[in-house]
Amino acid sequence: MSKEPRVGLFVTCLVDLFRPSVGFAAVKLLEDAGCDVYVPITQTCCGQPAWNSGDKVDTAELAISVIKAFEEFDYIVAPSGSCAGMLKKHYPEVFANDPAWKERTEKFSEKCYELTSFLTDVMGVRKVWAEHSANVTYHDSCAGLRELKIKKQPRILLNSMKGINLSEMTDNETCCGFGGTFSVKYSDISNAIVTEKSGHIEDANVDLLLAGDMGCLMNMAGKLKRQGSKVEVRHVAEVLAGMTDKPPIGGKA
Amino acid sequence: MQVKSQSFKENSKKALNDKTLQKALTKVRGNFINKRKKAVDELPEFDTLRDNARDIKNHTLDNLDLYLEEFEKKVVDQGGHVHWAQTASDARGQILDICRKANAKTVTKGKSMISEEIELNDFLEASGITPVETDLGEYIIQLRNEAPSHIIAPAVHLTMDQVREDFIKAHSHLPDDRLLEDPQSLLLEAREVLREKFMEADVGITGANFLVAETGTSVIVTNEGNGDLTQSLPRVHIVIASLEKLVPTLEDMSQIMRVLARSATGQKMSVYTTLSSGPKRKDDPDGPDEYHVILLDNGRTDMLGTEFQEMLRCIRCGACMNHCPVYQQVGGHAYGWVYPGPMGAVLTPNLIGVDKSGHLPNASTFCGRCEEVCPMRIPLPKMMRHWREREFEKHLTPPAQGRNLKLWLMLVKRPNLYRKVVRIASFGLRLFGFRKSRTGFLPMAGAWTKDRDMPTPEGKPFLSQYKGKQKIS
Ligand code: SF4
Repeated sequence: MSKEPRVGLFVTCLVDLFRPSVGFAAVKLLEDAGCDVYVPITQTCCGQPAWNSGDKVDTAELAISVIKAFEEFDYIVAPSGSCAGMLKKHYPEVFANDPAWKERTEKFSEKCYELTSFLTDVMGVRKVWAEHSANVTYHDSCAGLRELKIKKQPRILLNSMKGINLSEMTDNETCCGFGGTFSVKYSDISNAIVTEKSGHIEDANVDLLLAGDMGCLMNMAGKLKRQGSKVEVRHVAEVLAGMTDKPPIGGKA
Repeated sequence: MQVKSQSFKENSKKALNDKTLQKALTKVRGNFINKRKKAVDELPEFDTLRDNARDIKNHTLDNLDLYLEEFEKKVVDQGGHVHWAQTASDARGQILDICRKANAKTVTKGKSMISEEIELNDFLEASGITPVETDLGEYIIQLRNEAPSHIIAPAVHLTMDQVREDFIKAHSHLPDDRLLEDPQSLLLEAREVLREKFMEADVGITGANFLVAETGTSVIVTNEGNGDLTQSLPRVHIVIASLEKLVPTLEDMSQIMRVLARSATGQKMSVYTTLSSGPKRKDDPDGPDEYHVILLDNGRTDMLGTEFQEMLRCIRCGACMNHCPVYQQVGGHAYGWVYPGPMGAVLTPNLIGVDKSGHLPNASTFCGRCEEVCPMRIPLPKMMRHWREREFEKHLTPPAQGRNLKLWLMLVKRPNLYRKVVRIASFGLRLFGFRKSRTGFLPMAGAWTKDRDMPTPEGKPFLSQYKGKQKIS
C-alpha cells in the first residue's frame, strides 16, 4: 500500500442526481484526511432497490460491476450509511452460496465504509477545520446506525467544528419513514412516520437538520418544507467540508 | 378469523384516520419502549443472555423430534395426555372431544395466541360451549367481539374511555355511576365478574410460554394471576401450544425467562410464573383431575430447514412490534390476521400463504429496529426480504412495481446511457424546482408529493461535473 491510502468514492445515485455538492464535499474531506481519491464515473447504483425487491439475480449482476470497478482501491467509501451497508453487509449475503464470487466479495466488502466513520475510525480524524454557525440536530439514519454502528462518529466531527451547537431531538434513532420504495408504495404510512419525525425536529429548536443519507434527508426536508418549517436541511458532509454555499436540500423556507 | 391482510393498505389508511385509535397507540410508543430500555440498561449481561437464549432455541429446533418425544413421555408418565394436532381443525376437534367428555358448559381461558390462531372461541360457541376469557385484555376484546391487536396487550388499540363504556354496558348489574378511572379499577371489576365464571367452569384452557421437555411441564407467565385460576380450579386443564414452545430443561427456561419479561413489559419477571406438570396427585390439595396438552403444528414443521426456521425461536414478547415505526402508526388490526408487526410479517405468510399476506413483508422500511430489540436475535428484516424473494420468483410482485424495477435496471446496467438520462432528469427536475429547490408537484410522483415536497437537484449531476482521477492503473 502506498503511503496515502487510495480511496474509491462510491458517490451513490441520489447524491449524483440530487446533491452533487455532497460528492465534492466527500472528495475534499477524504483528501484533507490524507487520502488519494478516485471516482470511477461508470458507477451507477449499488443495487439496493433490486435487493429489497427480492430480485437476487439482477442484484448480483449490479454487485459484480461495482466490485469490478472498485476492488482495486484500498478502501471504498460512500457518503451514505444505507449504500455503504449494502456494499459492506449485504454484498456478502448476495454471494454467500456462490463459490465463484464469495471470497472476492468478502475481500471487497471488508474495505467498504461510510464516509464519517471512515474518517474517524480508519483515518483517525478528530478535528475538521471548517466553521459553520448553527444550532443543529442530527438524525441517525437506520442502516448506518444499525448495520454499521454509526452513532458517535459524525458527532465527534461536528463537535470539533467552530460554531456548531449540537443538540439531540427526541427519538433520534427512530426511522424517518423513507425506506426507499416504501415511501411511495406505502406513502400514507410513510407520511405518518415522517410527520411525527418533523414534530420532533421542530421541538428541538434548531436551525439545521443534518444526517448522513440523502434518502432520509429528502424525505424529512420534503415534509418540513411542505409544513412551512424554517429548519434547513443538509447532508453532514457539506457542513463538515465547509461547502454550504448551495441552498439547503429542498431550499430555504 | 377472516384473513384481511390483502387489504393492508386500506386497513392502514383507515387506522391512520382513526383519531381514537391514534390516541390509544401513543401508549405503545411511550410505555413499552421506555420500560424495556430501562430494564435492559440495568442488566449488563442482557446481550449475553440473548445469545444464550438464541443458542438454546437453535439447539432445541435442531433436535425437536427428540425433545418432543421426551416431553410426551414425561407428561404421560405423570398421568397427563398428549394430543398431536397437525392442523387448526385437528386441534379444535381434540379440544371439543375433551370438553364433550367432561360435559362442559363453560370453559375459562387464559391468554393464548394459539387459541386465536385456531379460532377456538367461535368454534366452541358454535358447539354450544361458552368460552370465557379471563385475561383482562382478552376479556375486553371478547366483550367487543374483536381480535387482539397486539400479542401481549390484546386491547392496546382501545382507550380507557372505550373500555369503561364497554364495562358499563356489559356489567349492567352494577351501578352506572361507579368510578372506573384507571386500569386497576377495571381489573378489579373484571375480577369480580370473572370470579363466578371461575367457579362455574368445567374446563380451563391455557396457552404456554414454554414446554419443558425434561419435566413435562407447561409454563405460563401472567401479570394478573388469571392463568392460575384457569388451570387449577376446573376439573379439566387443557394446554394448547405450538411445537416450538419447547425447551430442553428448566434451567433453559429460566435463562430465556430473563429476557422475556424485560423485552415485553420491562419487568424483571412477570408477576406470576406458573408451572404445571400433570393432573392433581394423591396428596395435592387442589388441581385438575385431567391434564391434556395439545401440540399444534399448523405449518411449523414446514419451516424447519428453510430460511424461516429462525422464526421458530420467537417467544412472543412483542418487542418487535412495540419498536416498529409501521406498527406504531397503524396498530395491529391493519395487518389483517392474528400476528401483527414484524414477527407477523414473517410468520403470517408461513402460516396462511404469502399469496394472502404479501403486503406484510413489503410494508417495512427495513429500519432494523425489530431485529435490534428482539431478545431471540431473529433477523426479521432479512426474513421479510426472503418473502420478497419468493414473491419475486413467483411473479407475485405488483405489476407496476415490476415495470419500474425493469426500467430502472435497464438504466443502471448501462453506465453511459445512465449518465445521459440522469443529466436530462436533473435538468427537468431543476426546471420544476426553479429558484425554490423543491416542487410540490411532479408527474408520476404523486404518492410522494401529495404529502411532501420533492427537493430538486442543486446542479448538474456529480458524475457529469467530476474531472478528477478515476482509476489507479
Ligand atoms: S420476533 Fe422477537 S421481538 Fe418479536 S415477538 Fe418474537 S421474540 Fe419478541
